[in-house]
Amino acid sequence: MFAYTTPLIGGLLIGAASVALMFLLGRIAGIAGIVWGAVSAQPDNAWRWLFIVGLVVGPVLYHLLAGVPNPPPSPLPWWQAVAGGLLVGFGVRMGSGCTSGHGVCGIGRLSPRSLAATITFMATGIATVYLIRHLLPEVLV
Amino acid sequence: MKALVGLLCGIVFGVGLAMSGMTDTAKVLGFLDVTGQWIPDLAFVMGGAVLVTLIAFRFVPKMKRPALNPRFYLPATTVIDGRLLGGAAIFGIGWGVYGYCPGPAISALTYLDEKTGMFVVAMLVGMALANKVSPG
Repeated sequence: MFAYTTPLIGGLLIGAASVALMFLLGRIAGIAGIVWGAVSAQPDNAWRWLFIVGLVVGPVLYHLLAGVPNPPPSPLPWWQAVAGGLLVGFGVRMGSGCTSGHGVCGIGRLSPRSLAATITFMATGIATVYLIRHLLPEVLV
Repeated sequence: MKALVGLLCGIVFGVGLAMSGMTDTAKVLGFLDVTGQWIPDLAFVMGGAVLVTLIAFRFVPKMKRPALNPRFYLPATTVIDGRLLGGAAIFGIGWGVYGYCPGPAISALTYLDEKTGMFVVAMLVGMALANKVSPG
């Protein structure tokens, strides 16, 4: 079987959920925006909180029904989780979107803003991993 | 009804994230590690998702209104400015530091690893900070 069937189907499901949310509610399935809207108590908020509940329930169903084990926990230290979380939260709020809002929905709408944002966060993500995995170890040793 | 739509879309989205490997930081970081042992999975995730939205969004936002709401809620801004690019750049750095973007971080809470909880709390703090510095 094609080695990338599972990620591809996962991607199609993400796209389908995004289209359904647009078709039914007229909303962009941008997780950063949905989460911020939920915690900052926007009006008409029930769908946001339940979307978040769904995000947590979905993987439970998948791992249970498909019999696929949970991914292993990250080996990285806790402070890297905190630093990563702070930067991600600050960045998605400042840049008005994340992988889903800009990457999946924005590019789907052919938004030049979202395309520019996606290229930027892919580039700095790749650069950061290069720095941490390949450059820093050489410098520090 | 709208709440139910939120729940169902969230579940499908969450299944997609888990199935695609986005909730596995090793896979995400392996995808971003283009000069190392590159893991191409996430290109197919992104490709599959964008394929669907690219086709459907030719039509859906052009409807008179969505099925259950009076109008579409789409961003009005079109300028590519320092705020957009700066924010995206900072987000990408955080993504590369730990391997989660917002959706997968929330979905991964289900695996009950305390570091994921720390990531999500820090992410909310980061959002609040950004909102204080430049609200909007």
